[in-house]
Parts: sequence; C-alpha cells; structure tokens
Amino acid sequence: MALIAETTLVQGAAPPIVGAPYLLVDHVSKRFGAFTALRDVSLSVVAAELICFLGPSGCGKTTLLRAIAGLDPASEGRITQGGRDITGLPPSARDFGIVFQSYALFPNLSIAANVGYGLRGALWPKTRRQDRVIELLALVGLAEQAQKYPAQLSGGQQQRVALARALAPEPGLLLLDEPLSALDAQVRQHLRQEIRALQRRLGVTTIMVTHDQEEAMAIADRIVVMHAGRIEQVGTPEAVYRHPASAFVAGFVGRSSHFDAVVQAEGLRTADGHLIPSPPPAPIGTSVKVFVRPEDVRLTATTAGPLSAEVTALEYLGPVCRLALADGRLLLEAEASPDALREIGAQPGARIGLSIPPSRMLIFPGDA
Amino acid sequence: MPDGGTAIALPPAARGRPVVRTLAPDQRLMRWTLVLAGVALLLVLAAPMAMLLVRAFQDAEGAWVGIANFTVYVTTPSLAVSAWRSVWTAAVATLLVVPLAFVYAYGLTRSRMPARGAFRAVMLVPVLAPSLLPALALITLFGNQGLLKAWLFGGTIYGPAGIIAAQVFACFPHAALILSVALATSDARLYEAAEVLRAGRIRTFLTVTLPGSIYGLVSAAVVVFTMVVTDFGIPKVIGGSFNVLATDVYKQVVGQQNFNMGAVVGIVLLIPALVAFALERWATRRKAATMSGRAVAYVPKARLWRDVPLLLACTVIAGLLLAVVGTALWSSLITFWPWNLNLTLNNYDFARFDTAGWGSVWTSVKMAAAAALVGTPVIFIIAWLVARTPEAGALRGVVGFLVTAPLAIPGLVLGLAYILFFNHPANPLNILYGTLAILALNSVVHFWTVGHLTATTALRQLDPEFEAASASLKVPVWTTFGRVTVPMCLPAVLEMSAYIFVNAMTTVSAVIFLYGPDFKPAAVAAVQMDEAGQSSAAAAMACVILGVALTVKIAQVAVSAVIDRTTQGWRRR
Repeated sequence: MALIAETTLVQGAAPPIVGAPYLLVDHVSKRFGAFTALRDVSLSVVAAELICFLGPSGCGKTTLLRAIAGLDPASEGRITQGGRDITGLPPSARDFGIVFQSYALFPNLSIAANVGYGLRGALWPKTRRQDRVIELLALVGLAEQAQKYPAQLSGGQQQRVALARALAPEPGLLLLDEPLSALDAQVRQHLRQEIRALQRRLGVTTIMVTHDQEEAMAIADRIVVMHAGRIEQVGTPEAVYRHPASAFVAGFVGRSSHFDAVVQAEGLRTADGHLIPSPPPAPIGTSVKVFVRPEDVRLTATTAGPLSAEVTALEYLGPVCRLALADGRLLLEAEASPDALREIGAQPGARIGLSIPPSRMLIFPGDA
Repeated sequence: MPDGGTAIALPPAARGRPVVRTLAPDQRLMRWTLVLAGVALLLVLAAPMAMLLVRAFQDAEGAWVGIANFTVYVTTPSLAVSAWRSVWTAAVATLLVVPLAFVYAYGLTRSRMPARGAFRAVMLVPVLAPSLLPALALITLFGNQGLLKAWLFGGTIYGPAGIIAAQVFACFPHAALILSVALATSDARLYEAAEVLRAGRIRTFLTVTLPGSIYGLVSAAVVVFTMVVTDFGIPKVIGGSFNVLATDVYKQVVGQQNFNMGAVVGIVLLIPALVAFALERWATRRKAATMSGRAVAYVPKARLWRDVPLLLACTVIAGLLLAVVGTALWSSLITFWPWNLNLTLNNYDFARFDTAGWGSVWTSVKMAAAAALVGTPVIFIIAWLVARTPEAGALRGVVGFLVTAPLAIPGLVLGLAYILFFNHPANPLNILYGTLAILALNSVVHFWTVGHLTATTALRQLDPEFEAASASLKVPVWTTFGRVTVPMCLPAVLEMSAYIFVNAMTTVSAVIFLYGPDFKPAAVAAVQMDEAGQSSAAAAMACVILGVALTVKIAQVAVSAVIDRTTQGWRRR
C-alpha cells in the first residue's frame, strides 16, 4: 500500500516484536464444504506474547483458533508449535489450554474437580494434583469456593474457574475464545485486566479471539485484524489504530468518518466540490478513500478557512463531546472537550470552521 | 515450555499442502463404534424391511411376480373394504380424541383448577395398559352379556362402535401429552399484548391460543390417526367380523400362511404411518420456528368462570378413564360372568386357561427388562455418537436416519418383517427365531426413536464443547462420558428405560408374529384367552400387565425424585 506509506507511516512506528516465533501459521486455509472460512492465512506468534484475533462475526477468527487447537483442523497449509508440525493432530496430541465462550465447565463436578480434571496419570500423583488445584484457585482468587459447583458461582467466577482449569496442566499455549463476551460490561473490564496480569505473570503464550476492539486494544501486545477469511493487518494496538493497513481496518478499528475524493495539486477534491488542503499523497487524478478519526478534526470558531460545517448533532459523553458535522454531502464526526466547544460556540445549528491535518488523514486507493 | 527457536527451519511448500488429519484413539473409537452401530441397524432394521418389500413382489415359491400381489389386493373386495374401514374408524376416533384431549390439556396447562398433578397422573394410565384392556372392559359392560347392553338400543359393541370407543381410551394420553406440551410452551408476551390491545377472551383464544397450538393439534391428530390404523389388539378383541387392515395382516399371515399377501397389507399399513411421520416432522419444524428463545412462559391467573367448567370436564374425562380400568379390574375378579358375580382370584390362576400360566407374565417381564437394560445404553450411546463424533459426515446422516425410521413403522409391520427375515432358512441369524432375544430385539428397535429423541433432547442441554474441553485437557472422551455426560443425563436415561420397559410389556402388535412356543408374552396370552372365550382371565392378564407397568413407572418417578434431590447442589443455583 504505497499510498499510505508517504503520509502516515512517518510517525509513531510500531516497536519491533522481539523474541522467537513460537507458533507459526503457514498458508493455512479451511473449507467447510463449499464455504471457505480461511484463505491462505499466515501468522507468526512470539513466545509469551498476548495476541488478539479481532474481526466482525464470520471473519474466520474463531475458525483460525479452532484450527490451531485442532478442534476443526485446517484443510491446507501447516501449523507448527515450538517446532513441531501440529496441523493434522487431534487436540489431545497438542499442547494447549482453552477457555470457551460458554466456559464448558462440568456442572456436576465441584470447582476443585473441574480445575483438577486434566491433572491425571503418573505425572500428577494425588498430593501434587491437590497442591496444584489449591495453587491455581488461589491464583484466580477462588480458594474459598473449591467445594462449590459451577452453577453456584457468578459468571465472572465461572470464567476464572475455566481459566484455572485451562492453565492447570501448564500448557505452552493458552487459547481464549471470546472469554468475556457473556459477562456484564463492568465485570468484563475488570477481568480483562486480570487475564492480562495473569498472562504476564505466567509468561504463557496466549491467543484471544474477540469481536470487541476496545478489549483487544486494552490488553493485546499485537492485534490480528481479520476480515472475510483473511488477515488484514497484524500490529500493535497503536499501529492498527494509527496506521491501518487497509480501508477495512481503518473503518473497523476505532471510530472514523470517511469520504471519497480525487487527488489534485492543491489537495483532495470530494465529489461535491469540497477541497481538503493537503500535499498530493498520490499522483494527480487518483481516486482515493479518506478516513478521518474524530479526534483529528480540528475545530475553530472562525469560518474563514477553506472548510466549515454546520453542527447537526452533539452528544455529551462526559470528558468529551461528539459532534456530527455536515457541509453539503461532506459528513464528519469530531470530538473535543466540552470546554473547547463552549469557547468556539459549537451548538447544534451553529456553523464552525474546521481543518484536517494532512498527516492525520488515512488515505487508501478508491474504488474507481 | 518448548524452545521456540527451533521453529524457523521449515520446508518451504506449505501453501496448498493438503492436511492429513490424524484422529486420537478415543476419536477413532467413537467413529468405529458409529460405523458398527450403522451396520447393526442395517441388519436389524433395514434388512428386515427390505425383505418385507421384496416378499410383496414375489409369490409363495419366491418367484418374481411384479405387482400381481397388489393387483389381487386391490381387486379383492374384502381387503379393500378393510382399508376403508381402517381409515374411517381412525378418522372418527381422531375427531373424538383431539377435542377431548385439548380440553383436558387446556385444564392442565391454562387453568388454576385444583389437583392438576393428579389429573396428569390419571391421564397417563392408559399408556401403561395393553390396548386390549379397554376393549375387554367395554365388552364386560356392553358385550353380548353386558350389564349395560340395553343402553345400545339393540346396537352392538362388536365392530366400529367398540373399536372407536376403545381407541379413544387408548389414544387419549398421547394426544393430551402432545397438546399439553404445545399449550405449555406458549409465549406469555403474546397474551399481554392481546390484553393491552383490548382483545376480549374469545378473540384472544381464537387469535393467540388456537394459532399457537395449531401444530400441536396437527401432531396430535396424525399420531392418533396412525395409532388407530396400526393397532392390532383392539380390533382383534372387539372388532368381531368387522375386519380392518391390522387384523387382515394377522389373518393372511397366521390364518392363511400367505406371507406374500401379508407383506402387501403390511406395506399398505405403512402408507398412513409414513404420511403421518412426514406431517409430524413438518409440524415439529414449523412449531420450532414459531417459538423464539426469548419467549416468556405463560402463568395462568385464577379465574372461576374458566376454572370451574374445566375442572368439571376434566373430572368427567378422568372419571371415565378410571372407570374403564376399574371395569377391567372388576371383571377380572368375577367368578363366572354374568351368572355368578361373586368376587374371586381364580381368574388370576392363569394355568387354568393357558398352559403357559404365569410363565407368560415372566416372559414379558424378562423380555421388557432385557429390552430396557440392553436397549437404553445402546440407544443412549448411539444418540451421543450421532451428536458428538467428530467429522462423522455422511455416517452421521445414515445412522441418524436409521434411528428415526422406526417411528414410522407400525409394530405389526416390523414384526412381520422380522419373521420374514429371521425365519428365512438361508439366514444364519435364524437361530434367534422363537427365542426371547428376538422378542427383546424387536422391542428395542420398535421403540428406538422415542428413546433416541429423549436422549438427544437431554444431550442437547449439555455444553457442546465438553468433548473439546476434555481433549484439550488430554482426558479421553470416554472418561468424560462416564464422569459428566451420563451423570448429567441420568433422569433422561431412566425415562428411556421405563418407556422401553412399559411399551415392551404392553405391546401386542410388535410381538404377535414373533413369539415362539416357549416364550409367549403376557399380552399375547391375554389375546388368546379372549379368543378362547375366557374374557375374565384375559382381563386379569391385562390387569397384571398394567400392574407391572405401573410399578415400574412409579419406581422410575421415585428414583428420579431421589436423584433430583441428591444432585440439587449442581442442578440449581
């Protein structure tokens, strides 16, 4: 995507990922009958990192997780974990722990029995098993609940039991399939920080699937944005937000307004004649699609500049206000502090000036 | 944790490389058991039915005669007449049962009348009795020497009147069960909406209640119709010279030893059952579509003008059901009907009427117990395999079809298919013929589908990721099956075994062709005693069957209650 490189990749480049790749997904495809859920996906996951698969429903993120787990093995390609080819292996021959969206706790077994479920065989004699269960329950803060049954715990507590059960046999890889989606917003925020802290402490390589971008941004070392069975971008939360690799990522991650324009010598010309001043990001005459983050729209009281718009709606969100701006067919969303808005007199119906710094415009090739 | 550094050295050609999947030992076991189940079902279900089909196109010597048998069937007036009689008696019985069952089910689910639990229990009594019990009771009251014969004004109970009346009794619980489920699963929000929109009671009934239960009504009607057409016990006992399809099959096979014509009639008998099966599946699918997951259960409020008439209606219906059972019980205790009405237990000394004596009761108990003890685990495990075997594909479809098919096969037809298949001299399995094992096997196959559906419903309530979760913990799937799946489904397992036991105990039609001289089931003995004019002894035998079935059912309910209490720690919040 040569177009963006010139304008946006200049500042705040992503820190390089250091460490050896632990999990390699190499040209993996997955078909269900005639439907292709994953198309030639490649990815490398570094040891001890927390990586999030993010995307709208049906994008293939859960399919990729299940291919890595061996629950629905890939149709083509290769997956290696710690140097071992695991592509076609059954789940029981792999080395991972998993937390399902539904938790899949065994309702008729106590919390302690659930956590100790995978601790069997010669490696786990009775006393070692008991110690490990106690250790894990303490780790997730449920030591008091050991003899209860899953149905007697709250959703957040069940989630922690599922996490403890998955971690008990010390897996090399932890897979989390939308682990927080069944919880209330408040519990969710709290638990995602706990998961992050636990993951840091244990240093376990972790893959989490989510459709909640805030969740992904909040805890991931790197985010894998997926769309229609393909990986659109892999990068740190900041890189994905500030330097989206495609129009899809720009539109999906974070809020933005977008418009189509044609590159001219003095700037970007929209279909109904607006000119947004900018050095030409691409050869003159190129059609482009432009995305603008709400916080990048600069507002002024004076309407003397090249761009101005009418405030059509205003939402008060506490620390910031969100404005809908319209000038003809140019529709933009902006954000600013309530104080700043009062100063420039931005009220519904008022006309205010605005500008967009060229370096903050996310520009992609247009449809034409 | 393994060292990640070794992962770099990859051979290059991963793109487009097809993945060779290996299955874990437990997954392989699941798959091969499912294959085995498919083969076994082909052998005990598909092969006998295929044999029945083939024999319908052959003559007695086994030569291929095309549709000649069917031509004979259609042009034989007496046979065509029976088909018509089967259809119209079934239609009349359906028209009588469905409204009665609707009122009863409405009382159970949509009113606050007292003793709803007792009414529900009484409703189920006919399920526990062999179908000939109501026929015997009706003969006691309205037969040639009946106490109330005068009530018929010179008419006769032997024939359509008796068949229809007895069928109403026998089919009532099935219709009432289906309708009470349909009425109980209605959405309270619709009633609130109707109330807010100021719809009157009658308008609400016509626009919400009836449309909401229409698929239940369709299901109940087709189930009753099929039951009547395919039942053998009732027309045999009370039909007199009024032949119907079911008695025709029996006459062709047992009376005239004409197996080919028997097969033809069997196939004709299969038609209404297949149509009913298709209609029933259609109704179930449509019903599932109308019921959203967010529906709120309707809880009726007390309302005298509705509850009192419903209580009266239900009391009358329940009273009649009990009266039929009571009459059968009473007639079984009569010394010599109708001349000596002193009570006696002599009729229960079965050895006086039948050489097998009480032996036939033990045969039935043994057969039913074997069917329940072997059938329940087999049906449950196969239902679990169908639901949970990884990558089962077409295999899942084939086995899934085979376990659903028995619902569409009348017992009489399956029984006939079994003698044709297992009695064939060239079949090495013919050593089973005439044994207790074949009776039990036939019962398991005949009642398979209901058991399978019970198991599937219970399994569907479990988290679909149990097997995946245990695989990720490296616990073999059978450990999780034993530690989690079975304990969680125990109430359903008990219900399945009680269902198989009760039905194996009471059925006549499934075993009438199959029993050998040493293993005569009690229900067959009752039919034969009635045939020999020993109707009091037949009634006594029917009452013994009812008693055994009732005991098993009560035991199941009691054990379920105990399980429910001891496991409430994890069942409830």
